[in-house]
Amino acid sequence: MVRLTDMLEDDRNHLLAKPCPKFEGEPWVEGPPLNERRIAIVTTAGLQMREDAPFNFRSAEYRVIPGTVEGKELVMSHTSVNFDRSGFQRDANVVFPIDRLRELESEDAIGSLASHHYAFNGAYMEPDAYAKNAQEVAALLRSDAVDTVLLVPV
Amino acid sequence: MSALSHFLESEGLSTAGISLVRPHTEQMEPPRALWVPFELGRPFGAPDDAAFQRRVLEAALALLDAGPRPVLADFPDDAPLSDAPAEEAWACPISFPPPPVDPNDIGAAVQAEIGQLAPWYAEAFRSRGRTSVRGESFSVEDAAAHAAAFLGDPPETGAQAVVRLKEALEDLKAFYSEAAAAKPGASSADMSDWLWQETALGRLMFTLSETLAATGDEALTYMAKGSMVPRAQREKARAAAS
Repeated sequence: MVRLTDMLEDDRNHLLAKPCPKFEGEPWVEGPPLNERRIAIVTTAGLQMREDAPFNFRSAEYRVIPGTVEGKELVMSHTSVNFDRSGFQRDANVVFPIDRLRELESEDAIGSLASHHYAFNGAYMEPDAYAKNAQEVAALLRSDAVDTVLLVPV
Repeated sequence: MSALSHFLESEGLSTAGISLVRPHTEQMEPPRALWVPFELGRPFGAPDDAAFQRRVLEAALALLDAGPRPVLADFPDDAPLSDAPAEEAWACPISFPPPPVDPNDIGAAVQAEIGQLAPWYAEAFRSRGRTSVRGESFSVEDAAAHAAAFLGDPPETGAQAVVRLKEALEDLKAFYSEAAAAKPGASSADMSDWLWQETALGRLMFTLSETLAATGDEALTYMAKGSMVPRAQREKARAAAS
């Protein structure tokens, strides 16, 4: 189940029926060399710290993940049941590659990592529903001197 | 993912993202995306394979120097198998009796399964040093009792009922999966087929998807139809029944 052609028909049809609007404008931001960038992860995997409240259905809310997080501290409350969770249960880095990014940071391949990362629940919402909270997260990232975001779906 | 990429880039941040569903990315045209041919739920390909994860990460970050907009690149390799091929088909470390047909028996059957799985869950927790069972609101036994209560008249309704029931079910599924994975060699499909087709927990969730949809409560019905049973497992159950 790695390509659409390998998926069961129901799953494939469901995915292809999702709304995929093309937004106005073509934003494009260039930045410094990779070894000078400050990077945050923004995930739509419904990740949260264990003590945080689970994600609500049909909500564009987000959770804050501290930059010091260890993968084992993360749990997942994504509301979709149509993807594998067993990989995440073994190793959070298959969804949230924090250890890999720390390796790049320690090798000076990237500049630094953000003080906080952010998680949304990417399901059951029209894409433009995320606009307001994305602007809020962008402001938080800029205040942390972040210039680059690694976006990770699930 | 593509929407967030657009919004964040519009706010002055450079973004590079992973794409799991290429047609979505083609339509929405985020600034930079790396399509990966991996299973949904595994955007970096393979658990416990740091070298492979790193290749995916470096390929995504390399897009920050690419252009012109929109950048959509393809990662060239499939994910490696995360477990060595087993000499024989994977099976859960313990065998359960067939799931009960009578809804009145399902709750007790789930509790019995939890008891049998508990030592394996403890072993998995020891070896992994972590669990994805949240465990903040329920013990797994309480989670099972909470979920089974919805087989009758729902004890609560509305949006918060859905969040609590979802939490209970997610904890139960994580407990079962982690316990069963104490015996290595299961693919994600093996694990999913076992949980949904062979356990009383799977039967509980299939049954709940029918009973909750008949409650008339909007939130419970929404969950029952859209976020209870994976489409692939519904299709397998239909095929097995026909």
